Amino acid sequence: MDQNQVGYLSRLSGRGHDLRPTSYSERTPVSEPVFAPWNDADATPLITFQNVTKKFGEFVAIDDLTLDIFEKEFFALLGPSGCGKTTMMRMLAGFENPSSGAISLSGKNIAGVPPNQRAVNMMFQSYALFPHLSVWENIAFGLKRDGMFKDALNARVDEMLKLTRLEKFARRKPHQISGGQRQRVALARSLAKAPKLLLLDEPLGALDKKLRQDTQFELMDIQEKTGTTFVIVTHDQEEAMTVASRVAVMDEGRIIQVATPEHIYEEPNSVYVADFIGDVNLLTGQAKATGQDTYEIEVPVLGSIFASSVRPFSDGQTCHLAIRPEKVAIHAERPSADNAVQGKVLDIAYLGNLSTYHVELPGGQIIKAQSANTRRISRRTFTWEDPVWVSWTATAGVLLDQ
Amino acid sequence: MRRLSLFNSVSLTLGFAFLYLPMLILIIYSFNKSKLVTVWAGFSTQWYGELMQNEAFLDAAWVTLKVAVVSSTIATVLGTMAAYALVRGGRFFGRTLFSGMVFAPLVMPEVITGLSLLLLFIGIGLDRGVLTIILAHTTFSMCFVSVVVSSRLSTFDRSLEEAALDLGATPFAAFRLVTLPIIAPAVVSGWLLAFTLSLDDLVIATFVTGPSATTLPMKIWSSVRLGVTPEINALSTILIGLVATGVITASLVSKRNLVRMQREERAAERAQ
Repeated sequence: MDQNQVGYLSRLSGRGHDLRPTSYSERTPVSEPVFAPWNDADATPLITFQNVTKKFGEFVAIDDLTLDIFEKEFFALLGPSGCGKTTMMRMLAGFENPSSGAISLSGKNIAGVPPNQRAVNMMFQSYALFPHLSVWENIAFGLKRDGMFKDALNARVDEMLKLTRLEKFARRKPHQISGGQRQRVALARSLAKAPKLLLLDEPLGALDKKLRQDTQFELMDIQEKTGTTFVIVTHDQEEAMTVASRVAVMDEGRIIQVATPEHIYEEPNSVYVADFIGDVNLLTGQAKATGQDTYEIEVPVLGSIFASSVRPFSDGQTCHLAIRPEKVAIHAERPSADNAVQGKVLDIAYLGNLSTYHVELPGGQIIKAQSANTRRISRRTFTWEDPVWVSWTATAGVLLDQ
Repeated sequence: MRRLSLFNSVSLTLGFAFLYLPMLILIIYSFNKSKLVTVWAGFSTQWYGELMQNEAFLDAAWVTLKVAVVSSTIATVLGTMAAYALVRGGRFFGRTLFSGMVFAPLVMPEVITGLSLLLLFIGIGLDRGVLTIILAHTTFSMCFVSVVVSSRLSTFDRSLEEAALDLGATPFAAFRLVTLPIIAPAVVSGWLLAFTLSLDDLVIATFVTGPSATTLPMKIWSSVRLGVTPEINALSTILIGLVATGVITASLVSKRNLVRMQREERAAERAQ
């Protein structure tokens, strides 16, 4: 399954998450309350990073980062390994302190507060279940540290077992249950104390693909039931797109873009984000304004292509057009479209539900065009070396300056 | 199973013969009827009976046991603390120096350890006896405990401790409730190692003891100088028996636990 479908499913799944605004907020039905505190100037964020910098010796892990995360959000930190996302999470948990800047939780600066005194819990990548304690005792561990009374404690542990469907395994030790069950124990344990903020460090990394997809929906479900703010760290963009209300794309200790999954996918603010999230075709050329928000782009060898852009460009400025493969159509005859280019089929990636055609253009450039396989394989039109036309509309792509 | 080559079986036989033939001879002669150690005169267990009547030997055995239990317990506490500080303490000033110094007694000649402790005890005016042997044994066996425990700690998943802190445990509670139970097997092996070292130490005990305390190795050594008696053979056989039982039980128990754990893990994955 590719990321488009997973993202699409999440929007159909009938949970709180489909209250997220689509990329164009005027499209959201007026009757539904929109969960978008980040657009509300009066909303007070739960977590604030204010010019946070973290250095390990000479190495700058987090570089002057400012960010707000709101209550009840499912916030994803996404980036390649070494981009600083884990450091941010460890600073929230209290295992690291910022070198400069302030992190506040509910308006209070939490720098210097040790991890055992923060209303923040973490689900570790390795789960970090205590091997010598049973599932029940693992979940009760944090509650016992709070000196909770026995009856209340039993009730809370049972509630957590029920939430994560682990009732049958309460007496087992971590090595006596499967990987997926261990993941649920880790989640139950970190949720037991009803933290203001739950941190999830690559929570599904150790599960196989099928189980991971089921678990993503389970996570969203539990997040909604408990109303806890979740911050998830992941390098898997499908996972981030599926679960998160907003995604922060990070690189080298800085946040490149923070937006809803739809925004990130449809309106990336840079070539880095466009390229990191999903598959993208990039065409580079010189811009020339042709009207209100419309540009003609002179691409070497390929010629002129037309694109609209809200972002202004001066004449002669270098720009990059990013178009998703599913927005590029493939034809046998020249179509009447804003942009149409001839080429030949170089490769076909057959994915079952979809096929991605790699079309080589005259300049040697390769454009990926994706189409749904609505027909059986024997009746499909194109094969290797076929001369074809690829086309896209002027609004299909995003024009980027960097 | 693959058959051993001729070369391998010869080296194996020679190696084991070298290690165990002397002990085997000792065990056989402990059941000798004759008072002469080198002449076989038929099977008998009389020397074991006589050993049980020998007050001097029994006293020495009691002293040895007391010293071994107390010194290995103190050494385990101190050695575990040292290992934890060295592995978990991060990069504090003088860390390399300290870790070097903890491990130095491993290679220090016993004569030097014994002599320097003797001088110290005389210097501070401590009466030599059971207490000084305990102190001396704690000193040299602590570093062995520290080596065993720190090798376990360095492979210990740090996130377990972080999880405990994250769930509200104080650093001490995290150590007591999570770290210690998990490294317990290493702590127990450290204790057993310290116990064994104390049990058979002759050199250091001889240096630091006074007239009031004689350990079993010292007693055996002094009687052997007057001639090896079958009683000594019987005593040694008992010691060998005790050690062998301990080692075999420990390895069987840990092997069985490992097998059970692996079986349960497989069962859990299948049941999914």
